[in-house]
Amino acid sequence: MAIKMNVGEALIDAVMGYAIVFLGIALLVLVVALVGKAMTAKAAKPLQAAPAPVPAPAPVQEPPRPTAPGAAGDLKLYDTPDRDAAMIMAIVADELKIPINELRFISIREVHRK
Amino acid sequence: MDKILETLKGLWTDSGFNLFFVGDGWKSLVMIAVACVLLYLGIKKKFEPLLLVGIAFGCLLTNLPGAGLYHMELWDEFLNESSPYFHSYGRILREGGLIDILYIGVKAGVYPSLIFIGVGAMTDFGPLIANPKSFFLGAAAQFGVFFAFFGAVLLGFTGPEAASIGIIGGADGPTSILTATLLAPALLGPIAIAAYSYMALIPMIQPPIMRLLTTEKERAVKMEQLREVSKTEKIVFPIVVAAFVILLLPSTAPLIGCLMFGNLLRETGVTERLSDVAQNALMNIVTLFLGISVGATTVASRFLTLETLKIVALGLIAFCFSTIGGLLVGKLMYKLSGGKINPLIGAAGVSAVPMAARVAQVEGQKANLSNFLLMHAMGPNVAGVIGSAIAAGFLIKVFGA
Repeated sequence: MAIKMNVGEALIDAVMGYAIVFLGIALLVLVVALVGKAMTAKAAKPLQAAPAPVPAPAPVQEPPRPTAPGAAGDLKLYDTPDRDAAMIMAIVADELKIPINELRFISIREVHRK
Repeated sequence: MDKILETLKGLWTDSGFNLFFVGDGWKSLVMIAVACVLLYLGIKKKFEPLLLVGIAFGCLLTNLPGAGLYHMELWDEFLNESSPYFHSYGRILREGGLIDILYIGVKAGVYPSLIFIGVGAMTDFGPLIANPKSFFLGAAAQFGVFFAFFGAVLLGFTGPEAASIGIIGGADGPTSILTATLLAPALLGPIAIAAYSYMALIPMIQPPIMRLLTTEKERAVKMEQLREVSKTEKIVFPIVVAAFVILLLPSTAPLIGCLMFGNLLRETGVTERLSDVAQNALMNIVTLFLGISVGATTVASRFLTLETLKIVALGLIAFCFSTIGGLLVGKLMYKLSGGKINPLIGAAGVSAVPMAARVAQVEGQKANLSNFLLMHAMGPNVAGVIGSAIAAGFLIKVFGA
C-alpha cells in the first residue's frame, strides 16, 4: 500500500528534480560543446597544413550568346521562341496573381540539361 | 418449445448485451461512448491519430462485456506481492486474452523503448549540436513536470502516482507510458489518454501563453543562421550523449539508450536499411500494439473515477507550466544575448516533436513575416526529449523502489 506524501517532502523532491534536470543538461552542454570544439579544431588543422593552392587560371569569358528573335526592349530572349516566352510570362503572372503589366521580365533563357 | 426458450434465454444471459444491465454494466456503456468520442477526435479532428485511434479502439474492445480480451484482475494479481502469481508472466500467457498478451510489451517497458529507437532514427539533432545552448530550453520546459507532480501530491495522490502524472508535462507519450507502467500502472490509461490528447492540442494550448508572456518585439526577433554540423559530429553525438547521460542517471538507460541508438543508425550512413526499418516498419508495428494495449487498460471500473478527472486537469496544468518554464528561460536568454534569441523557441522545449517547433514558427511569423524560426526551435524541441527522459529517470529513481 503506497503512502501519501508529505507536502514539504514533495516540494523538496520537485525542486531537486528540476535542479537535477538542469544540472544534467548543463553538464551535457559542456560535453557536447567540448566535443564540438575538438571536432572543429581537428577539421581546421589539415586545412592550415595544406600547401597554398596554385592559383587557378582565369576563367575564359564565354562570348555573349545571341539573343533569339523577339527579344525587345528590356526583355532578352535566349534560345526561346517568342510564343514560349509569352506563355511563360502568362503562367508566372497567373501563379503570382499579379497582372502581367505590373511584372518586369529581364530575360528568359532555355536551360539545356546535361 | 421449452428447450428452444431455454436456449434463447441462455444465449441472452451470456450475451454482452445482457451484461450491460447487470451490476455496474452501465459503466461499460459510458466507456463505449468515451471510446467513440476518442475515435471521433482521432479520425475527424486528427488528434494524434496514429496512437489515439488505437487507444480508442482498445478502450472500446475492453469495455465490451464478455469479450475477455483483457483481464484487469490477472494484472492486479501480477502486481500483488502477496499473491502466488506475483510477476507471473506464465499465468498471463496461460489464462490471458489477446490484449493481455500484447500488454506484456507495455508491462515489460519494451514498446516505449522500441518507439524511442524509431524517434531517434527520425530525429535530426543537427540544430541542437549547432546551438548547444538550446539544451537549456529543453531543461526549462520540464518545469510543468515538477509543478504538476507537486500539485498531484496536494490533491492526495501518492508519490509514484504524482510522478507519473507530472511526467505528462514532458509532452512525450512513450516516456509517460513507461513512467506510469513502472510507477502507477493503475493510472496508465488516463495518463496515456491525457498525454496524447494534450500533445495534439499543443497548437491551441501554447499560443495564448506565448502571446501573454512575450512582447511583439521579442516575438519578431530574427535569429542568425545556424552553423553547419559535420557528419562526424552527428555520429559522435549519440554515442557521447548515451554514455554520458546513462552514466549520470542509470535509470534513463532504456529511453536514452534506445533514442541514441536509433539516432546513430540514422547518422552512420552505413545502416540505412536498419534506420529505415526503425523509422517505418518497427515504429508502425509497435505503435499499433502500444495503442491497443494501453487503450485496453481503460476498464470502466478504473477509469470512471474522480482520479481520472484530476489527472486530466493536472495534465493540462503540466503542459501549460512546461510552456511557461521554456518561455521564461527563453526570455532570459533573449536578455543575456542582447536580443539575439527569440524567446518563442523556449516554448518548443516541451518535447512534442515537431508540433511545438511548428507552433513557435507560426507565432514568430505572425509577428514578423520574414521570420523563420523552425530550425532554431527544433534544437530546444529535441532537447526536450532528452530533458523529459532525464526528468523521468529522476522520478523513476526516486519513486521506483
